[in-house]
Amino acid sequence: MIADLGFFALLVAFLLALYACVAAAVGHWRKGAGQAGAQRWVSSARAAAMLGFPLLTVACASLVYSLVTLDFHLQYVTQVSSHSMPLYLRATALWGGQAGSLLFWSWLMAAFTFAVMLREWRRDRDLEPWVIIVTSATLAFFLTLILFFENPFLRYWQGITGTVWTAMWQPAGAQAYIPMDGNGLNPLLRHPGMIIHPPMLYIGFVAFVVPFAFAVAALVTGRSDDRWIRVTRRWTLVAWLFLSLGLILGSRWAYDVLGWGGYWGWDPVEIAAFMPWLTGTAFLHSVMIQEKRGMFKHWNMLLIILTYCLVIFGTFLTRSGVLSSVHAFAQSAIGPMFFGFIALTFIISLALLNKRWGTLRSEVEMTSLLSRESLFLINNLLFMGILLICFWGVVFPIVSEASGGIGRAIPALAHIFTGQRATVGPIFYESATGPLWAALLLLMGVAPLAAWRASTARTLGRAIWKPFIVSLVVLAGMLLGGMRNALGLLSLWICALVLLVTVYEFWRGAQARVSRGETPLQAFWRLIGRNRRRYGGYIIHLGVILIAVGIIGIELFQQETQGSLAVGERLHLGGYSVEYESLAEFETPDGRLVDRAVVNVYKDGAYLTQLYPRRDFYYESQQAMTIPGLRSTVENDVYILLVDWEVVSASSATFKVYVNPLVNWIWYGGFVFIFGTLVASWPDAELRPARQRVRASSNARRASNVERA
Amino acid sequence: MKRLGLLFALSLLLAACAGSPAAIQSTQQGGAPSADRVNAVAKNLYCPVCANVPLDVCGTAACVQWRGQIAELLAEGYSEQQVYDYFAAQYGQGVLALPPARGLNWLVYLIPPLGIGVAALFLGRNLKRWKQPAATSQTKLDDDYARKLEEELKARR
Repeated sequence: MIADLGFFALLVAFLLALYACVAAAVGHWRKGAGQAGAQRWVSSARAAAMLGFPLLTVACASLVYSLVTLDFHLQYVTQVSSHSMPLYLRATALWGGQAGSLLFWSWLMAAFTFAVMLREWRRDRDLEPWVIIVTSATLAFFLTLILFFENPFLRYWQGITGTVWTAMWQPAGAQAYIPMDGNGLNPLLRHPGMIIHPPMLYIGFVAFVVPFAFAVAALVTGRSDDRWIRVTRRWTLVAWLFLSLGLILGSRWAYDVLGWGGYWGWDPVEIAAFMPWLTGTAFLHSVMIQEKRGMFKHWNMLLIILTYCLVIFGTFLTRSGVLSSVHAFAQSAIGPMFFGFIALTFIISLALLNKRWGTLRSEVEMTSLLSRESLFLINNLLFMGILLICFWGVVFPIVSEASGGIGRAIPALAHIFTGQRATVGPIFYESATGPLWAALLLLMGVAPLAAWRASTARTLGRAIWKPFIVSLVVLAGMLLGGMRNALGLLSLWICALVLLVTVYEFWRGAQARVSRGETPLQAFWRLIGRNRRRYGGYIIHLGVILIAVGIIGIELFQQETQGSLAVGERLHLGGYSVEYESLAEFETPDGRLVDRAVVNVYKDGAYLTQLYPRRDFYYESQQAMTIPGLRSTVENDVYILLVDWEVVSASSATFKVYVNPLVNWIWYGGFVFIFGTLVASWPDAELRPARQRVRASSNARRASNVERA
Repeated sequence: MKRLGLLFALSLLLAACAGSPAAIQSTQQGGAPSADRVNAVAKNLYCPVCANVPLDVCGTAACVQWRGQIAELLAEGYSEQQVYDYFAAQYGQGVLALPPARGLNWLVYLIPPLGIGVAALFLGRNLKRWKQPAATSQTKLDDDYARKLEEELKARR
């Protein structure tokens, strides 16, 4: 009954999404032809688009109810839930499998469509129909996948011969088949990080549909101004914030659960989520140029088109099964549908861009290599370079395998097109993107200091020389401290320089306010509050530097060793000693067989702490998980994995020990990064209600020059 | 510019080759290899049957056996490169963390520097034009906030 309700809600949402597309298109054409009633069609389309949200809320609630109550009659519930799972995991199993996660994706898409439809459209009546069409078409595509390929409400039925199959409703002569228990959620997904990581990532993905929809609307209607960018700035920041959060949480999950000793494995699915972040970040920077200087209009369009296509491409990679990945939790035959949708969207968007190419020319020309706009352009090209490396690394295994067809068709070329699937591992990405990241970091420090239109080496030098001198002191300190790794010295020096330049900018801004009689704290607070976009951006940069320091620490200075220890024996690494004390094996009520070691950790001979690396074996799914024993400090992490052990006597066990320097700076930087994004996206005074604005403006009259600027 | 592009392509290739399995030199011949040495070799191999998992961190029983096989091969006197060749012959080139530079695989190493080279070429061609001094009226600070800030700081001095 509940499942029927969910299915019907899904079906009606699908039909309404289709109707919204058609009605909005009719409204647009009628408006163009000057016919009456055009706005009524658009309003009707908007109402239909908004209804998708409550309907899909019903569908999601129905599925969650079925999961929580363990209705094993439903195939999806049997696949991802079980008696042994706690309540919160049963509920979050909504996004633990293919069909459920597609439904969840659609629900989020409907929520964003609902939210964007609530905005004030009076100034953007011409854009409205096309925003409805793009958002509703995207939703309709995902609902098509759910209804016709991955229906989470399918039930098990059993024929008189005992054959079990799935169908939505009872076939003639069949009876309901209800398994005694389900398979349970993939053990890798039973982690707190996994409860919030997918929703964050999905929100980031779907939120990028909004700026894309406005961009397409601007292209179709021929609006060449930057209205679509101004309207969608906060939507883009929200999308970027959640995508960043999703990536950071995913890294933390990988660090805690995969037992690889690291946070990022350059896995195809990780990269698939990373690619829209790259284009989104480039977009966030380059839209500033369009707003300020009327340049890069083609480029911004291209970036948002790429971002949208990469969002769909990422979803396609995760769900189609074309790539093998530790993250590909859901695979099915929906790949060709996705591929078709991406191709269609890309071609239509590029055709629209081509049509409007002439009207989107820059209003001014670039005048100086050191101007902020040219440095932003270089920043964008660097992001695109990293994107190219990532994209090529991800698709090459598919290309290498697919090329076998050419080898078979033309035997003379068989030695080139072998059809053997290749693997592109982390070393490729690290070697190829490393220099580009370093250049980006450096630009991050320099570009905000450059003036619009024109800067000279002298003006830039004047702004940078003090932090530069201090950064050299930092470099000398690292050398005196004994660091001899040239790559480490160079990269950490760049981080120090950028950090100092950014902090210096805060200091200069606050100094100006202090001279007007404000206390340092007031000055700092108001400096950020009165110029959120600028200083929010600087805070984000500070977060990036901290993340970069963490990455440099673990990538360049990680140490690892492995050894078998008898009880009381020790393994030594990087000043730490790990002593094996005991091992216990026990079963848990949630269906795990746990092997848990007890190890003592010493630093320079002094006892530090006790850690418990363990291996959990899940009976239901016949999968094992390696959970590290972890001691975290600002300086480094001691990360211990239980690799092997004597089953009966537990007299010896094998451990793999990592010392991961500075890795926690990644998570600290993540917090700063998120805080900066919130500051940058916080509504400005002009967006507050009029009454508050009047109050604010009277305050502003009393404020200093800097405040008014 | 052309030279710069070539240099970049070369450095990328070198960087890739420097970290490739082939470049890792054998440090120990004969005798039972240490677990760290086995892991160093296994790091550059992927589990032939798992979903994109490096062999050194894969926890399945099959991977434990494969790591054992690496240890046996090293003990027999195989060099690291011979171990990689052995695994590639047994399970296909997909087990190597980097595709060997031959045939179509060259594209892995050539496409990124080519793309970046095109971007560098674009910048280089425009460099001359952008270097032209901007008109005097345009050299003043265009950023209201930055201008006010500089004035405030100057007044303070």
